[in-house]
Amino acid sequence: MSVQEANVQEARVAAPAGPLREIVTDAASHLYVWALKDIPQDLRDALSEARARETSVPGRRVLETIHRNINIADAEKNLVCQDTGIAVYHCRVGEGFPLHPARIYEALRDGTARATLEHPLRSNAVHTLTRENTGPNIGYRLPIVHWEFVAGWDGLDVKCVPKGSGSENMSFLKMCVPADGVNGIKRFVLESIVSSGGKPCPPGIVGVGIGGSADYAMYLAKEAIMRPIGTRNGDALVAALEDELFALLNETGIGPMGLGGDVTVLQCHIEHADTHMTLNPVAVNYQCWAARRASAHISAAGAVDYDREA
Amino acid sequence: MAAHELRFPVSDPGEILKLHAGDEVTVQGHILGIRDRTQMRIFDEGIEPPLDLAGAFLLHTAPNVRKLAPGRYEKLCIGTTTSARMVRFTEPLGARYGVRAICGKGGFPDEAIEPMARLGMVYLAIVGGAAALETTQIEEIEEVFWEELMPECLWKFRVRDFGPLTVGIDAHGNSLYHDVQAAAAEKLEEIFARF
Repeated sequence: MSVQEANVQEARVAAPAGPLREIVTDAASHLYVWALKDIPQDLRDALSEARARETSVPGRRVLETIHRNINIADAEKNLVCQDTGIAVYHCRVGEGFPLHPARIYEALRDGTARATLEHPLRSNAVHTLTRENTGPNIGYRLPIVHWEFVAGWDGLDVKCVPKGSGSENMSFLKMCVPADGVNGIKRFVLESIVSSGGKPCPPGIVGVGIGGSADYAMYLAKEAIMRPIGTRNGDALVAALEDELFALLNETGIGPMGLGGDVTVLQCHIEHADTHMTLNPVAVNYQCWAARRASAHISAAGAVDYDREA
Repeated sequence: MAAHELRFPVSDPGEILKLHAGDEVTVQGHILGIRDRTQMRIFDEGIEPPLDLAGAFLLHTAPNVRKLAPGRYEKLCIGTTTSARMVRFTEPLGARYGVRAICGKGGFPDEAIEPMARLGMVYLAIVGGAAALETTQIEEIEEVFWEELMPECLWKFRVRDFGPLTVGIDAHGNSLYHDVQAAAAEKLEEIFARF
């Protein structure tokens, strides 16, 4: 490469990405705060149903308090939960979207930082060894982004899922063997949720990832907790397992906040991938009752459509 | 399952003995916010706490605050963290300093049951994540000690109608968490037998 060519390339890389990058930054900043304050309707409905069917005294007390808390967060425009989490985004990028994912990532990082500083929000990001703060909820490889690329489309969907640590600490992976079969998967999910007790703030969404590889199974478990409550896996066999696990998990009696009761989980979502013939990985990622989530649909022209329900 | 209203700090240990696992408790008066690093400073670094903990109610928290002036903070959002990480401080908090109540979310493992019964202490369960409500029940941040540990300082809050809390572990050797886990273990055996 000649010096001239190198200069041209550098100039091209350094060129401002234009208003679309600002639009994505604004959207990320808005989504982070919005998700923390205004939880989605499907979650509100699931919590109301839980309150209606719970029979234990401490369990009813917990669900009634959750209901009061959501109303107060609405009225006072305060955060539902003080844990502003680790910022996780899910992006669906159309092949024709005119901002490269490298710039989309920068925009998500800048938007996260801006929301944290301007609101202000508690910053939780630390170096994993020194435990020193690394910035306004940003750092090396933070925020975390899940990418999906869509052919034949020119839009961008951004979903923000601030993930609290109380529930994230209750994450589990087991490399079951093929001979363990589906029962091995069910057994591991049940044991994981029972041993977690009240620590992940139940009742929430149990995300399960099965198949793929060790790392991919956990990635899929996180994808599972990002889905609207009660949506079902497109594969009928997997969907049947979601229903079965949902019922079994609620038989355990762990109850709201682990104080005993009928409602241990609001839903069980499973995402799957095909795997190696000698692998049978199963990963569990828990999402607390304050399952915060907010989305924006951004068009190639920069029109933003905010969507709490996606 | 009875309902109680208690004012902290308590001077009469008999107040704590009235509480039984599963009961509802609402708290008035003053409570102290602490977390991992606050307790590590006291017990691992051997630094005496800057105020009397006798009869105290401790809350596992690290609040979101705005600084107004040196030593003065305004509440933004105050919630509660997972207690289990801090269970090892239970015995010395009771034995050395006379702490009477520890409040957090998610419960304490069984190792807290014996010291709480011996020392007349209770674990009070709050609803994790219900920070918007909790913030309205904390009237004021009255004092802050060890600001260099921000946000894991030692916080003194004045509260009004703080709760509802559930007695998770009482001073009589009962733990809801133990009972729920024991029942769930039996249930799992029954479920696995069906597979």
